[in-house]
Amino acid sequence: MSLDASISLTLGPLDLDMAITVDEGEVVALLGPNGAGKTTLLRAVAGLVPFRSGHVRLDGKVLEDTVTRAYVPTERRPIGFVFQDYLLFPHLSILENVAFGLRSRGTSRQAAVEKAIHWLDRVGLKSYASSKPAGLSGGQRQRVALARALAPNPRLLLLDEPLAALDVTTRAEVRRDLKRHLDSFEGIRLVVTHDPLEAVALADRLIVMENGHLVQTGTAQEVTEHPRSQYVADLVGVNLLRGEADHGSVKLAGGQVVAAAGAELGEVFAVVHPRAVAIHRTHPEGSPRNVWSGRATNIELLGNRVRVRIDGEVSLVAEVTPAALKELNLVEGGKVWLSFKSTDVAVYPA
Amino acid sequence: MRRERVPIVALVPAAIGAAFFIVPLIGLIVRSPWADAVAALTAPETLEALKLSLIASLSATAVALVLGVPMAWIYARVAFPGRDLLRALTTLPMVLPPVVGGIALLLAFGRRGLMGAWLATTFGITFPFTTAGVVMAETFVAMPFLILTVEAGLRSMDRRYEEAARALGANRWTVFTRVTLPLIGPSLFAGAVLCWARALGEFGATITFAGNFPGVTQTMPLAVYLLLETNHNASFILSLVLLLISLVVLVGLRDRWLGSA
Repeated sequence: MSLDASISLTLGPLDLDMAITVDEGEVVALLGPNGAGKTTLLRAVAGLVPFRSGHVRLDGKVLEDTVTRAYVPTERRPIGFVFQDYLLFPHLSILENVAFGLRSRGTSRQAAVEKAIHWLDRVGLKSYASSKPAGLSGGQRQRVALARALAPNPRLLLLDEPLAALDVTTRAEVRRDLKRHLDSFEGIRLVVTHDPLEAVALADRLIVMENGHLVQTGTAQEVTEHPRSQYVADLVGVNLLRGEADHGSVKLAGGQVVAAAGAELGEVFAVVHPRAVAIHRTHPEGSPRNVWSGRATNIELLGNRVRVRIDGEVSLVAEVTPAALKELNLVEGGKVWLSFKSTDVAVYPA
Repeated sequence: MRRERVPIVALVPAAIGAAFFIVPLIGLIVRSPWADAVAALTAPETLEALKLSLIASLSATAVALVLGVPMAWIYARVAFPGRDLLRALTTLPMVLPPVVGGIALLLAFGRRGLMGAWLATTFGITFPFTTAGVVMAETFVAMPFLILTVEAGLRSMDRRYEEAARALGANRWTVFTRVTLPLIGPSLFAGAVLCWARALGEFGATITFAGNFPGVTQTMPLAVYLLLETNHNASFILSLVLLLISLVVLVGLRDRWLGSA
């Protein structure tokens, strides 16, 4: 029992070509930067965006297939959709909003109202049943949107940036609630987000996409340990290099050779944690095999650490303590040397 | 709070312009023979004309809603070749002299008109010089106001609410009746009231196409015009009644109208 979607489409500047599967029992997050096509993919799964080629199958049942021209319209798909800004119907009460899906799908008025009240109770908003959406806070609206999507008992729950419309102070609390409701929902769950924290907190598995294409997929741990794109490396906060491995070294595209203890053969990614990168004012003598010169282009204080971006033959970010920075007497634009040990380079096939 | 001084180049023309509207209204109020008001208002011809006017203008509004809302929906939602031309043709009566509209209706639905001859011989239906003809003439002139107002409302609404409704399992009819119509409610209401007010005041097309038969086709504006020849005082009083109706509509609509313009 799963969702299986393979979708190719062009929409304005977006060229999307993705194949995803979501199994029953797992929460999958579609993670990617703005404009990656996450929302478009979600809308295509819901039948709201036509696509050039591909298919959407749910539990083995074809919802859409460009080869056989099968198309089940959105309103007949067993889905629940939580939109980014929730789109609660402003002219209907909270109760009527939650009952809307049940009424549309043929539930009698009496039964729909009872079920809607039950759902409002579950999300803790029973006392707001007769209010209009305009009178609710962002977090409350999010819960109504969730109750509205879940009330008709869908097989597939789609959430588009469910927390993006909230301010930072309420986000953590709403995220906890959302996690709880996602866990208690028994169907297939797919969440779109651009926030890695949200993805990691809500999902069992991440699907990272950029520019309409799959970058990598795996558990949060797998993704953070083996970033496969600059975007993911930036999210995780590590230095990502790519090159050709040759028994203990990695030759980068620019010709520089980085000593990497674990390197074997073939196209690889090499990750260096900023904490493993040391900064020197003069050419260091010692055991580190990797020594490069460069200029400090950006110095950023992050709590009790300082991240220094060094541009040169090999551009990396180094992380040092504020005390070390002071001792180095480092300013932006200053010339420095950086070094790291070959054993601090993690190498894995590209 | 210090108030900004209004420049004289704005103030003088604005005052003349305002006087241009207000003096005739004052004239109507001051010169109306209030003593005859009750008699004029309760005269059978007056009541007949008033009743006919209300029935015909409300019928015209109903017809405009039934036909015009779907037209507006198609103009706003369906892209088809010739859409702009069709919209221009169907809203032409807004700028056409109503008398010309009446003549055009005669040539189409008159006893020997394009459709009229066929309707008369096949179904025995004739429109000219009947109350139905009055409704037709008023609809012809007033419906474009409704079409344009509703189309503007449909274009400016957030269509993602319709998608949200579809994702909740609503078919197109349910989406339209439970989401689209309520969301464009203010536009729909404004369009209907504008349409009704225009129909109520219709003169040219009505007198040309439907004639001026008391009790059958003689609406208030026609009665006012006719009475001007025979009974000044009654004419003034009826004018005042029409003025009051218009004023109530305008004040009631002001916020919505200015808001959407």
